[in-house]
Amino acid sequence: MKNLWMGLLVVVAITGLLFFASCGGPKEIETEPPESAEQADVSDVDAQQEEELAKQRALEEAEIMRQAKEAREMFLNEDVYFDYDQSVLTPEAQDILRRKAVWMQATPDVKAIVEGHCDERGTTEYNLALGDRRAQSVKVFLEDLGIDGTRMSTISYGEEQPIYPGNNEEAWVKNRRAHFAID
Amino acid sequence: MNFELVGRRCGTIILITTMLVLFMPGFCPAKYDYIDISNPFLRKIPIAVPHFKSMSASGNEQKISENGSQLLSETLEFTGFFKIMDHASFLEDTRKAGIIESQINFLNWTGIGAELLITGGILIKDGVIEIELRLFDTFKNRLLIGKRYKGQQADLRQIIRKFCGAVIYEFTGKRGIFESKIAFESTGPGNKDIFICDFDGYNARQITHTKSITLSPAWSYDGKWIAYTDYKNGNPDLYIKHLTEKRGFVVALKGVNISPAWIPGKFALAATFSFSGDPEIYMLTGTGKIIKRLTRQWGIDVSPSFSPDGHKMAFVSQRSGTPQIYIKHLDNEQVERVTFEGQYNTTPSWSPAGDKIAYSSLGDGHFDIYVVNIKDKQPLRLTCEAGDNESPAWSPDGTLIVFGSTREGKARIYVMTSFGTDQRRLLALPGEQTNPKWSSNITNN
Repeated sequence: MKNLWMGLLVVVAITGLLFFASCGGPKEIETEPPESAEQADVSDVDAQQEEELAKQRALEEAEIMRQAKEAREMFLNEDVYFDYDQSVLTPEAQDILRRKAVWMQATPDVKAIVEGHCDERGTTEYNLALGDRRAQSVKVFLEDLGIDGTRMSTISYGEEQPIYPGNNEEAWVKNRRAHFAID
Repeated sequence: MNFELVGRRCGTIILITTMLVLFMPGFCPAKYDYIDISNPFLRKIPIAVPHFKSMSASGNEQKISENGSQLLSETLEFTGFFKIMDHASFLEDTRKAGIIESQINFLNWTGIGAELLITGGILIKDGVIEIELRLFDTFKNRLLIGKRYKGQQADLRQIIRKFCGAVIYEFTGKRGIFESKIAFESTGPGNKDIFICDFDGYNARQITHTKSITLSPAWSYDGKWIAYTDYKNGNPDLYIKHLTEKRGFVVALKGVNISPAWIPGKFALAATFSFSGDPEIYMLTGTGKIIKRLTRQWGIDVSPSFSPDGHKMAFVSQRSGTPQIYIKHLDNEQVERVTFEGQYNTTPSWSPAGDKIAYSSLGDGHFDIYVVNIKDKQPLRLTCEAGDNESPAWSPDGTLIVFGSTREGKARIYVMTSFGTDQRRLLALPGEQTNPKWSSNITNN
């Protein structure tokens, strides 16, 4: 239960940060007890109220779970992109990483793997080193935001695992990235 | 000659090499003036290689004789020194006229422009193949090389290569490339693994079976060891593997363990590690123990390649903002920049003669191979308008360069002369092939 309430707190904090501006906040949950409760006798009312409360809690928990899952998926799916031959973080990349830092602070048990990737241009070895630099920049930035360095490991895949096939600028832009995985 | 090695290895019969020449020329004036070493590929020597003569005229002999002469032609042509003449132009049939000096009318060969002639005779007896091969200078009416080889039929290719080695030695005074191999990456198995083939692309075989990403092969100077990077334990770790014995070493430090290159004449290598937080080049023993750190600049330092004397190391560094080639003098720690044109110059490969570095450079949206003279730092472009061309590596005699190219769509391995001529595909396997590295001549592997 303690964990659940911690989770609830976390989710409220994150959802506030992540969704409030863009999505108009989390969905309202039905909290009004049904009208008919007034006419029933006391024990019935108590029982009914108990039931309703349980239902409500279940709904809330489901919603918390859903939002936690969403936040986690966002952490995993939202990649940080880099300019060509660069490991310096762009302002957009820094924004994304600030959101990731919030999530990591709120989920202190999670250990993350930062993967550095490159586009297919350039040489295998240089790109392995470049992917390493990219993953390192991300890790250092998150450390500066207060995330414990021991919670993050880095791995470079160079140009070996492009997420987007194709020999064109569109593909290259998407392949120059840092990706997060959970250890 | 060490041809008995073949016999020993195959566990078959002892092979002998006999000098057929009873009389050697009393003197050898200008022995090496056939091939201009400064640029031997400007003018190729026209050479006629008629079908070998079947000594007992059996059907099997005739078939092998044609295979043999074809193989001999291809092997010589591969070197880039020779122009193989069309059989249709031949005026004389050596299978009828004969294959020894007194039986050859050299005017029939000089008349069609052949400056050299190779005749062969083949005899198969009790499953044993006996081949005699002669190289003639048609204008001087003189036998230059005569050899006889004995072996199993399966040894034909090695016999031909031995003779080609003798031919190249006659002209260049060097051992050539016929006992060298090429290592490369191939995605054929469904992931990148390391493969090895003979110098001419023949006999390709997979030497790692990791089911993970495996890349960057590097030969030890004696061709006995190969180092590479492999993700099989999750991280890009460095593996140092003996090719014939089941032993090796692993370097699995935090971060990347990549881009190995061996130091000539030593059981030692250099590689890039990022355990310090930054990719730097280190020198390590062949057993994987770090001896010292070789680069100390923030940013990427990668892809070492050593001068033949081992005193200098070319490498790629991002210290100026973009990847460029530098040389570090290991004796006095000085570093000089080699490339100044272009924003992306990588994969240096030091020539066996020590005077040049081949590398790949990005320009106009494509990678091309360049060779830069270390003294004047003038780059010479060797590939152009043919896809991306990357990862050059010199043949052990310095006459050829192997490289990766996407000129036919898929990434494949190609060979050209060190002057950029005679560009051709080395081999095509399932999947894509990249990152070739040429070994030294391997005598006992």
